[in-house]
Amino acid sequence: MSEEQIRNLEAQFEERIARDEKIEPKDWMPEKYRQTHIRQMSQHAHSEIVGMLPEGNWITRAPSLRRKVALLAKVQDEAGHGLYLYSACETLGISRDELYEQLHSGKAKYSSIFNYPTVTWADMGAIGWLVDGAAIINQVPLCNTSFGPYARAMVRVCKEESFHQRQGYEIMIKLANGTPEQKEMAQDALNRWWWPSLMMLGPTDAESVHTEQSMKWKLKRKSNDELRQQFVDQTVPQADLIGLTIPDPDLKWNEERGSYDFGEIDWDEFWQVVKGHGPMNKERMKARVGAWEGGAWVRDAAMAYASKNAERKDKEAV
Amino acid sequence: MNNTNLYHYILGIADNSLILGQRMGELCGHGPSLETDIACTNISLDLFGQVRSYYQYAAKIANDGRTEDDIAMLRKEREYVNVLLAEQPNTDFAYTMARHFLFDVYHFLFLTELQKSKDLTLAAIATKSLKEVSYHQRFSTDWIKRLGDGTEESHQRMQNAINDLWTYTDELFHQTDADKAMVAEGIGVDVTRLKAAYYDKVNAILEEATLSIPESKYFQKGGKKGIHTEHMGYLLTELQYMQRTYPNMEW
Repeated sequence: MSEEQIRNLEAQFEERIARDEKIEPKDWMPEKYRQTHIRQMSQHAHSEIVGMLPEGNWITRAPSLRRKVALLAKVQDEAGHGLYLYSACETLGISRDELYEQLHSGKAKYSSIFNYPTVTWADMGAIGWLVDGAAIINQVPLCNTSFGPYARAMVRVCKEESFHQRQGYEIMIKLANGTPEQKEMAQDALNRWWWPSLMMLGPTDAESVHTEQSMKWKLKRKSNDELRQQFVDQTVPQADLIGLTIPDPDLKWNEERGSYDFGEIDWDEFWQVVKGHGPMNKERMKARVGAWEGGAWVRDAAMAYASKNAERKDKEAV
Repeated sequence: MNNTNLYHYILGIADNSLILGQRMGELCGHGPSLETDIACTNISLDLFGQVRSYYQYAAKIANDGRTEDDIAMLRKEREYVNVLLAEQPNTDFAYTMARHFLFDVYHFLFLTELQKSKDLTLAAIATKSLKEVSYHQRFSTDWIKRLGDGTEESHQRMQNAINDLWTYTDELFHQTDADKAMVAEGIGVDVTRLKAAYYDKVNAILEEATLSIPESKYFQKGGKKGIHTEHMGYLLTELQYMQRTYPNMEW
């Protein structure tokens, strides 16, 4: 194809997106669009899968049967999200094995929040309330993103995330209204998860490398800082309502802006965790790689059995 | 308590699902593939769902102020009456699937009969659970075949698992005093009558999976009397952690 033809195709492609048409897997797309989507969707899928670990850590110790069932269902939902995001990603011509390989080798990233440990039951509440809360703010705009399979997956993901968020907040309500020990547990969890949750919305706009292109392709509708402000404004009243204190001495309502001002994020900590040196980075990867390598003989057996079965059927047919 | 036998009979059923569900829950996020992970979590969820129905009913029968959670999480080890098979650890995926398979075949036969119970609550739980357990049985049976008739390594691992867990199968067909009393009242299932069908089915599937049927005639028992293997204490330590550390609180 000549360069001029490619330029024409690119122009038509950008026009389609501007008209809010969905791009489907078999449509022509610029290579950069394909690569950007593989990167972002797989990062999202990996986050779901690695995100199963901190919550999975409390399944055997959930305090009641009702909570145990809800937590199991939640972690199962995350596996489901991972599954259809990987599938959506595969429509762009990359296999799930390759995507895993990128995760295991450290080439692909996942949400840094999952590199923090879950040390008390209240962390199950804080993760649902704050982490899923921040995730929703990130993800709702993606329901209208330009790539069809991603947009459709996000519609379902967001519905379930919103349920998880309410479930997490409900755990916090119960703790905040419980005994002094339970209330302390809730406050401690908020103290530990607040700042990492703000970091989840990504680096400040000045430092964010992908924003402009992503805006054009509707992979992003608002900047990181706008999303972060939205999260703070939405969450502070929820904390107030249940008598918990946001661990930020600089937090205060700004009448003029109609928003909360909040303190400086520790970006050194953010980059330390992103670069692989958070409290649980090594353990999370060890668990993922361990499950994959430890399961190799099981997957091999399934393949061997399937081909034996196919052979048997062929013989019967003859 | 106005019906001690019924209460103990319910626990005899429910404790198996509780302990199996807990074991399966350990694997969540660590499965050999995403699809199996989802399926295993699903099975754990089903089992805990059944557990809640049984313990809620047991709490009603006991009528002493205890809740489903008290019954699930605040008994002493000697008071849990699950079969030894249920508490065996997830040594590898073959052990996990073998444990579930050996239980699922029994569970299916048991619930099929329990549907006919004169106790309408138990019959209703049985009917609802049977749908789930049909799926559990299909899932574990498929894995017995895949691993048994897969690669050399998977065959060996599955054979080891079957050989080791076989010793716990006979206990499934032992009757407790509560069992006998409930059978006499038309409420309970006579498990001794399930034994032949159980081994017929298990043996046929093992053969199809190219596995040998263990010949050992020595069996272990004790779970139904609350005498467990050394694994049980650790399992309960996790299960009871929150209830023991923070007593008398609501979650």
